[in-house]
Amino acid sequence: MDWQGQKLVEQLMQILLVISGVVAVVVGYTTESFRTMMLIYAGGVVLTTLVTVPNWPFYNLHPLKWLDPSEAEKHPKPEVVSVASKKKFSKK
Amino acid sequence: MHSFGYRANALLTFAVTILAFICAIASFSDNFSNQNPSAQIQILNINWFQKQPHGNDEVSLTLNITADLQSLFTWNTKQVFAFVAAEYETSKNALNQVSLWDAIIPEKEHAKFWIQISNKYRFIDQGHNLRGKDFNLTLHWHVMPKTGKMFADKIVMSGYRLPNAYR
Repeated sequence: MDWQGQKLVEQLMQILLVISGVVAVVVGYTTESFRTMMLIYAGGVVLTTLVTVPNWPFYNLHPLKWLDPSEAEKHPKPEVVSVASKKKFSKK
Repeated sequence: MHSFGYRANALLTFAVTILAFICAIASFSDNFSNQNPSAQIQILNINWFQKQPHGNDEVSLTLNITADLQSLFTWNTKQVFAFVAAEYETSKNALNQVSLWDAIIPEKEHAKFWIQISNKYRFIDQGHNLRGKDFNLTLHWHVMPKTGKMFADKIVMSGYRLPNAYR
């Protein structure tokens, strides 16, 4: 799962769970059934789990592109130059 | 979000948080239910009225209890506990409360009832103050929810009186 996939999965998880909660409360309240609310919410959680926990292909649509090795040769690693500083010893 | 376990953990944590919220919403919605229970109690007969050997007064009553508690039930109600108490005042206690009958009502369909019964629990005074005593019969109820806050209330019915003499 790439970076965009991870972001997508987190957003999708939150959205699906909140929607499940809202639908569960609304349907439970209108049908006056606490059991219905719990069953709908449980179904929503299961669905969200199936959608977001496995690493599905559509979470891998933006693979990270590493630089070509030949490109790296054009920009050599800068060398660290050690400069010996001259110290003056003043005698009084 | 980079591994199966992390994603599962994040999802379940958030799911349980939302579960707490929807349970709170269910409990909160009980505040908006339109409750108008009604009840009526008649004393059909005083079966006997005696002083116990060690001095306390005791009464046996036949009650006719009619009640409609269906409006107490919401989608969050597990059951309703209802009880009838005799309440009166003596010089010793400002409030004497004696439970005479109770019932657990599990469904809305059983919440509208008419029952004729002798008092389930004994009506005994702490002393001998019951002769000629005026008292109230109070129907109390506790609405027990599936989740959240329990509500309790009562209907007070007055005008009841015990006889002046033992029988």
